[in-house]
Amino acid sequence: MELAYTAEEQAFREEVRSFIRDNLPADIQDKMLNGKKMGREDFLRWHRTLHKQGWVAPNWPEEHGGTGWTPVQRHIFEDESAEAGAPPVIPFGVTMCGPVIIRFGNDWQKQFFLPKILSAEHVWCQGFSEPGSGSDLASLRTKAVRDGDHYIVNGQKTWTTSAQFADWIFNLVRTDPGAKKQEGISFLLIDMKTPGITVRPIVTMDGGAEINEVFFDNVKVPAKNLVGEENKGWTYAKFLLGNERTGIARVGASKRELKQLKQIASSERDGGRPLIENPRFRDKVAALEVELMALEITNLRMIAAMRGGKGPGPESSILKIKGSDIQQRLTELAMEALGPYAMPFQREALEAGWNEEPIGPDYAAVAAPHYFNYRKVSIYGGSNEIQRNVISKMMLGL
Amino acid sequence: MDFDFTEEQRLLDETVRRLVKDEYDIAKRKSYMAAPDGFSRKLWDRYAELGLLGLPFAESEGGFGGSAVEIMIVMESFGRGLVVEPYLASIVLGGGLVSLAGSAAQKQAILPQVAAGKLLLAFAHGERQSRYALADVETTATKDGSGWMLSGHKGVVLNGDSADQLIVSARSAGGSRERNGIGLFLVDAKAKGVGVRGYPTVDGLRAAEVTLDGVRVGGDAVLGVADGAYPVIEHAVDRALAALAAEAVGIMETLNAATLDYLKTRKQFGVPIGSFQALQHRMADMVVEHEQSKSMAVLAALSADLADAAERRRVISAAKVQIGRSGRFVGQQSIQLHGGIGMTDEYLAGHYFKRLTMIDQSFGDADHHLDRFAEVTLSAG
Repeated sequence: MELAYTAEEQAFREEVRSFIRDNLPADIQDKMLNGKKMGREDFLRWHRTLHKQGWVAPNWPEEHGGTGWTPVQRHIFEDESAEAGAPPVIPFGVTMCGPVIIRFGNDWQKQFFLPKILSAEHVWCQGFSEPGSGSDLASLRTKAVRDGDHYIVNGQKTWTTSAQFADWIFNLVRTDPGAKKQEGISFLLIDMKTPGITVRPIVTMDGGAEINEVFFDNVKVPAKNLVGEENKGWTYAKFLLGNERTGIARVGASKRELKQLKQIASSERDGGRPLIENPRFRDKVAALEVELMALEITNLRMIAAMRGGKGPGPESSILKIKGSDIQQRLTELAMEALGPYAMPFQREALEAGWNEEPIGPDYAAVAAPHYFNYRKVSIYGGSNEIQRNVISKMMLGL
Repeated sequence: MDFDFTEEQRLLDETVRRLVKDEYDIAKRKSYMAAPDGFSRKLWDRYAELGLLGLPFAESEGGFGGSAVEIMIVMESFGRGLVVEPYLASIVLGGGLVSLAGSAAQKQAILPQVAAGKLLLAFAHGERQSRYALADVETTATKDGSGWMLSGHKGVVLNGDSADQLIVSARSAGGSRERNGIGLFLVDAKAKGVGVRGYPTVDGLRAAEVTLDGVRVGGDAVLGVADGAYPVIEHAVDRALAALAAEAVGIMETLNAATLDYLKTRKQFGVPIGSFQALQHRMADMVVEHEQSKSMAVLAALSADLADAAERRRVISAAKVQIGRSGRFVGQQSIQLHGGIGMTDEYLAGHYFKRLTMIDQSFGDADHHLDRFAEVTLSAG
């Protein structure tokens, strides 16, 4: 048993670190580190930089433009990126749809879509959840009816992140209403510019608008955009959701947030002393750091197991539960640290280029909205209740 | 032992419940928030007509001689509807300070106006560095002939942007964080040297940063003693905490009702999600937390004016600890059990959750009050 990274891995970490230092634009880093609003172009500028370096798709096979990194190298890359405040690559193309096309798509789909995912010519979003189908995803009702060389799609998707600026959406649609619910679903790629698609933003309680409803009204989709076989979409979706687990612990991002929390708690005053010296607050920060240490090693143990070729199993639900809990607690403590100054609502202060005098310290505006917004992390990607079901059923046989 | 309302209290409860039910929902609340003051002047007049604004003041002061129990009744319903009018700022805190510390002349000049809805007050007390410590006052009051000159910065002054008169705490003697040496001063919001920067708060209310740049007030602007206001401040804030506890209880009741309804109606896997035991137990825990909070809100109301100040402090802080912890659990779990819909601005849960969250960070969070409680209960000897 050996915790230390190999010399090669350490050299790789250095390489990643200096690449980020030399190439990450300062304005993007500022937005990421200070919780300011990130636009499509901010994400894509960094995406293109990574693409030029050949680093944009670590999870793809090398022949399609992947990096050929080991699971440990991928972890190092994610860790360094998060800590430095480099934006994550928008996951819907690279992490989610790309691997499905690589595994199940036909040659035309591979040639047409994969290079455009890598270059960010196509930005993707995910059409899975529907108003009546959340945890019970397989009950989805958006339907696609074959009509000659096309499918006609009708229905509604919801909670669709990035739909407001995406070029394409990968959609789960019902193609056989008579079959058992998992068996009548297909995986369809749809150009967001197709007539009949309407995107309506959903404002969340923190005032943000990063999710949307997407309506399909007689949308005509070429049949060649069907991935794999008709009615086999549920298999592809399960494959995709299995891939989504990588990086789900968010250890790197949480380490960065913890560092910022400590800075806030050192700046804030309580009875004339730094808040970090208040034993109650100090204990909470310390206890959370212990949890994060444990999660980091749990994450590494799972990554090490994957190095032997094993895919991520139901154990990744542990990472989701703990990872989301820690992320939420960090936002909770940052908000608590501000005391009354968590109250002013300064949405405009989160926009880039805002240069009025902030109300309270400059890190105040983001704290409460961040806390409210992060209630989502125990809901999305399979709620933590569903994750506990997975552990009970798949790991424990209960 | 009797936890029942008197006949008058029952009528008050009915009146306020009906008023809030008729005049408040999420859409109406948004329209009130969009008004220049961030609340409805029309509703404020209605509250005045119904006698709510004079409720806690003595009859001789133009009020109805109500106790903290009456305030609890009002605030619980205000919590149910997520009311945005400045009842806490102007009546409980502002009016409370005048009624606790003011001279007969000051009370006569101010309280009937407040009760009639013609005059709005705000308590300008907290400062950037003070966090929750009530004695941490750096704003200065220096003698200026027969009057005073005030200088300093007051932060997150609840409804400070619509107030006609500010009640400003300032230090006339003593070092920072000393309890002695703090005075309360009536300041016209339009007086020379007063700067008010108003803004919305994350929970849909309004607050302001107030700057005092050599503001001159007369000797008659002092509420009570110019260097001995700390006990009055603490008492008024304790009353506000009891009111906040009641508001939080009303919020929890509404969140629990909405969550229960969702568990019964939302179907996944062909059944209502309320048929899943994991969610049933969570909902049961939320009900337990609401009941515990309600108990502490009642206890706080019955203790808000105790002659024994140490016992008052002990009970009020205990209530705030309970409210803070239960509120966090109920709020977070309500959003969690709703799933995606709970995250949206369109649905009610998020609004209640945000207010409940900020109640914890008003006048001391659960940690702060656990310390204050322990100081009274656990001091050696």
